[in-house]
Amino acid sequence: MSEKVEFLQGNEACAEGAIAAGCRFFAGYPITPSTEIAERMSERLPEVGGVYVQMEDEIASLAAVIGASWAGVKAMTATAGPGFSLMQEHMGFAAMTETPCVIVNVQRGGPSTGQPTKASQSDVMQARWGSHGDYEIVALSPSTVQEMYDLTIECFNWSERLRVPAVLLADEVVGHMRERVVLREDVEVVDRELPEEGEEIEEPFPLEPDDHVPPMPVFGRGHRVHVTGLTHDERGYPATDDPEVHRKLVRRLCNKVRKRAREIHESVGYDFIERESDLALVAYGGCARTVLEAAEELGATVFRPKVIHPFDADLVRKLLDGYEVLVVEMNLGQYVEMVERALDAECVHLLGHPGGYPPTPERVIKEAERIQG
Amino acid sequence: MDWRELIRWERMPHILCPGCGNGTILNVLVRALAEKFEEGELDPDKTVLVSGIGCSSRLPGYVKLDSLHTTHGRPIAFATGLKLANPELEVIVVTGNGDAAAIGGNHLIHAARRNLDITVICSNNYVYGMTGGQASPTTPQGAKSTTTPYGNPEPPFDLCELVMGAGAPHVERWTTAHPHQLKQAIHRALEREGFSFIDVLSQCPTNYGRRNDMRSPREMLEWLRENTSTEDEPGKIRIGVLRDEERKPFHERVYELVEEVSGDEEGG
Repeated sequence: MSEKVEFLQGNEACAEGAIAAGCRFFAGYPITPSTEIAERMSERLPEVGGVYVQMEDEIASLAAVIGASWAGVKAMTATAGPGFSLMQEHMGFAAMTETPCVIVNVQRGGPSTGQPTKASQSDVMQARWGSHGDYEIVALSPSTVQEMYDLTIECFNWSERLRVPAVLLADEVVGHMRERVVLREDVEVVDRELPEEGEEIEEPFPLEPDDHVPPMPVFGRGHRVHVTGLTHDERGYPATDDPEVHRKLVRRLCNKVRKRAREIHESVGYDFIERESDLALVAYGGCARTVLEAAEELGATVFRPKVIHPFDADLVRKLLDGYEVLVVEMNLGQYVEMVERALDAECVHLLGHPGGYPPTPERVIKEAERIQG
Repeated sequence: MDWRELIRWERMPHILCPGCGNGTILNVLVRALAEKFEEGELDPDKTVLVSGIGCSSRLPGYVKLDSLHTTHGRPIAFATGLKLANPELEVIVVTGNGDAAAIGGNHLIHAARRNLDITVICSNNYVYGMTGGQASPTTPQGAKSTTTPYGNPEPPFDLCELVMGAGAPHVERWTTAHPHQLKQAIHRALEREGFSFIDVLSQCPTNYGRRNDMRSPREMLEWLRENTSTEDEPGKIRIGVLRDEERKPFHERVYELVEEVSGDEEGG
């Protein structure tokens, strides 16, 4: 098996994962704590025949990434809170035009400029709802440097499969941490389905079936398609006054992701450590590292999702129904809201821990003991 | 190739108002493209139109080529990704004065600075037409619009000076009253390697003319003819070829670097 073992920073591992997944275009803008991804990509992409460009802002960065994707090249950008806010318009454009692309958000404290060098998980809801309109995306959350590598690849693969923007929802903890990482080269790499070159496509954007992912008629291959962010009919033409077209279009954009929630969770994986206990801890990303330790000490069950969006309520019910559930996250409560909707809300508790660092295991244990009173 | 083959006839009638200058720009653009395809100088399957938001940005949707109708002000940023990822593509941006000069001003000057090899055709009708005629960065000082009912207190941008200041090597200004010259300008822009910018002064009788004592498209076209000159004349807007120089385009510099680095890698 072809693999390389290195001692890397999470952000560097992310860049290596992108290269392994076939990313050959990066457009970005410097921002703490994600900048090392751009730096690494500027060094690595030319080595593998790819293009790095530093754009004038984050709005332009995601625009260039979407342009590159329509030119048929796998593309990525990386940013943090304020830049992620600027990218929201084009998250919606990518969702509407069904453009595969990967956006890495190494989360830092906010709102606004907030805590540039500190960790946070406060963009969980923005990742899904930040742009206007009805849409769905895929967002994955790594807890280790190894997962910065592995889940970047998964982001590309799911983005290519579903023709959606995929967000690597990292945080400063995993972005700047250094760990041993295995750079596997025999990874599964998924490429978007393409129509036959030169084929005339009557309906590049079919409205049905309602979870359909059409092949992507990338530019320069003779398809002569019109791609617009306006509500469009099957031919890709603006149909902004037709309520039925709009309903069918946004339903398909959402359902192609929602209906595959279980498939995505099972393919990407999650940790579920079942222990004889009435208590289950839930955590993800950098914050999960201390929570896993606390759960062991408490003898509590623990659930660590890697897929943040789409949320799989059935899976969460299956795993956590009957437990007193304590969700721990580095914000004042975001993922917990989805858990509350899936379970009996009275059994769901939150340890919301903004400030820049994950709570210590002791802090988590204290909270667990308090709710079990 | 007959220009008629380049129109998406199933999308007619178009959404433009009677007498809109964008009709002339669409007409001239498809004729220039059809001639370039006929001459074999461009491949229609490798030619891409990109636009932002506004009346002029609807034009690519009527042309039977690959086209990307993007967000307000950002078409040049999308074009940057398209061109760099696949330099074989001939990328043409159709934009307007609001799209390019206000919300998209940053992308305009940076693409000019980089010398991105694209052609930018800017339909400059002084207002935001799609939203009903608000003032824009090219609205003349004193002009009336729905948001400057007492006259515009702001001085306008000269877009050609702006992009030349940012380094654009090929810059021309024409008007919709000069369709033949405009077609030749588009030909030149498609031939040039590097950033080509064509500022097309255009008429919006619906939302600009009627608030500024020019009710009919004819009056507006006459105004454009009388108030522009290919010579430097006092009181007249200078039109014509304003700059025509050669500079190595951005993608060539990028790919030379890629070749150098990846070649070293293979060698090492």
